Amino acid sequence: MKLRTIGYYFKQAFKSMRRNFWMSVAAISTVAIAAFLVGIFALLVINVNFMATKLERDIEVVAFVEVDVPRAEVLELEKQIKALPGIASVTLVPKEKGLEQMYARYGRDRDLLGALGGDNPLPDYFVVKAREPERVGRIAGQLAQIPQIYKVDYGQQEVERLFQVLGWVRWVGSALIMLLVGAAVFLIATTVRLTVFARQRELQIMKLVGAGDWFIRWPFFLEGFFLGAFGAGLACVIIYFGYFSLLEQVSPNISFLTLVDDPVVVYQVLWRLLVGGAGVGAIGSIISMRRFLKV
Amino acid sequence: MIQFVNVSKIYNNKVVALRDVSVKIEKGEFVFLIGSSGAGKSTFIRLLFKEEEPSRGQILIGNRSINRLKKKDICVLRRNIGVVFQDYSLLNDRTVYDNVAFALEVMEYPGKVIRQRVPEVLEMVGLAGKADCLPTQLSGGEQQRAAIARAIINGPQILLADEPTGNLDPETAWGIMELLNDINRRGTTVIMATHAADIVNKMRKRLIALDRGEVVRDEERGVYSHEA
Ligand SMILES: Nc1ncnc2c1ncn2[C@@H]1O[C@H](COP(=O)(O)OP(=O)(O)OP(=O)(O)O)[C@@H](O)[C@H]1O
Ligand SMILES: [Mg+2]
Repeated sequence: MKLRTIGYYFKQAFKSMRRNFWMSVAAISTVAIAAFLVGIFALLVINVNFMATKLERDIEVVAFVEVDVPRAEVLELEKQIKALPGIASVTLVPKEKGLEQMYARYGRDRDLLGALGGDNPLPDYFVVKAREPERVGRIAGQLAQIPQIYKVDYGQQEVERLFQVLGWVRWVGSALIMLLVGAAVFLIATTVRLTVFARQRELQIMKLVGAGDWFIRWPFFLEGFFLGAFGAGLACVIIYFGYFSLLEQVSPNISFLTLVDDPVVVYQVLWRLLVGGAGVGAIGSIISMRRFLKV
Repeated sequence: MIQFVNVSKIYNNKVVALRDVSVKIEKGEFVFLIGSSGAGKSTFIRLLFKEEEPSRGQILIGNRSINRLKKKDICVLRRNIGVVFQDYSLLNDRTVYDNVAFALEVMEYPGKVIRQRVPEVLEMVGLAGKADCLPTQLSGGEQQRAAIARAIINGPQILLADEPTGNLDPETAWGIMELLNDINRRGTTVIMATHAADIVNKMRKRLIALDRGEVVRDEERGVYSHEA
């Protein structure tokens, strides 16, 4: 293929877009909307994933010791827990400290201890951190098996619920996106079909003069390709600026929301969108060419 | 060399446009194809560059059957045959220059060749001054010349012209005839379908007469009609 010929293909493709201006605008917009939503969903999923992983990493297992276990035995237990595999840290919170914390919360002026009958009813408990988030479940199980420990608490349930929500978001998002991608393919196919019809005469002459099949096909293929790429490009620009300005707004103001701020992750989403958009466009024009462009 | 061997063409399995046609046309010949409207002249021409397929029989070009050609070979065939269509078939959205250059572009000639060849051919057909005009700004004769220019731009061995003088006044028609004759003298085989008796009679070239799809006369230096 000669450079000159490639230039001709591009020229023809853009000429067609100008000729079917409004149809092209519609096709580009549809791709842009689809790509935009895909991008938003992708970033949403990535962020929820990111947060869930972060939460999981911070998970502490809290193991409560039976109230009547003597302090010496509790200290013995601490050593035992520290020896478990995969433990990052073990902190003993004795019942006195628990009471302190309660006073701190409810105020010292009230006679809590008196109200409780003079005896500290709080249990001693251990705060255990795992070295890796995947170990949390197993450690919790091991702690529960220790006879002196009557209850083990950890945030795994919450994290699991988060992952469940994530799964739903993925399903609903995928269905919606599939619908939009279908619409985009359809609109691009229609646009390319219009071009095929508009250029019927030219195509006929081309064939009779001896144009090769691909010489005829390339401009149509490129038209769909660029409609898709432009749409996706538009979405990328919006997502790019939108996301980073969102980061600027959120990060300093809402501390518990930790968004992915690694630009590489965002770029990876964006270039996939661009490739996907161009691919959708190419598929649309191939569909139209197969049905309407007889070479 | 072009040869029709017992060629029939039946459209839609009903209309018989050509019936058992056998003719042989040598390289470099000038042939008039005459016959009343509907006799099958355009069909004859369309079969030659494979716009239509024969229903029966063989068509040979240069000793090779063109009945079953691969797509790629059809392209090659068409590049060696220039066609001047009955309706000119110029593209009205581009200039004369671009219309003529179009044929070379389609055949993927380099830009340098195109820029050199197009003015030459326009000069040859007498349209040098009209290169930048749109087809709609040309007279019928000029449009016909533009169509001829496009057909001969890449020096085809065969030129097919379907009623190239159809809607032209006699003087303009003669201009076109001289042009075709010129092209023929340079070695191109020319096959021209026509109704123009005066032209046929004056040129005295080979003449193939069709009547309802059958060859009724095939004469060297023929005249349009013996009664005339
Ligand atoms: N595409 C087609 N489909 C069906 N019938 C056709 C087709 N083209 C031509 N015919 C028929 O075939 C016959 C021969 O047509 P053709 O065009 O070859 O005649 P012609 O000699 O060129 O006539 P004219 O002098 O009017 O151009 C006619 O009866 C015509 O109706
Ligand atoms: Mg005809």
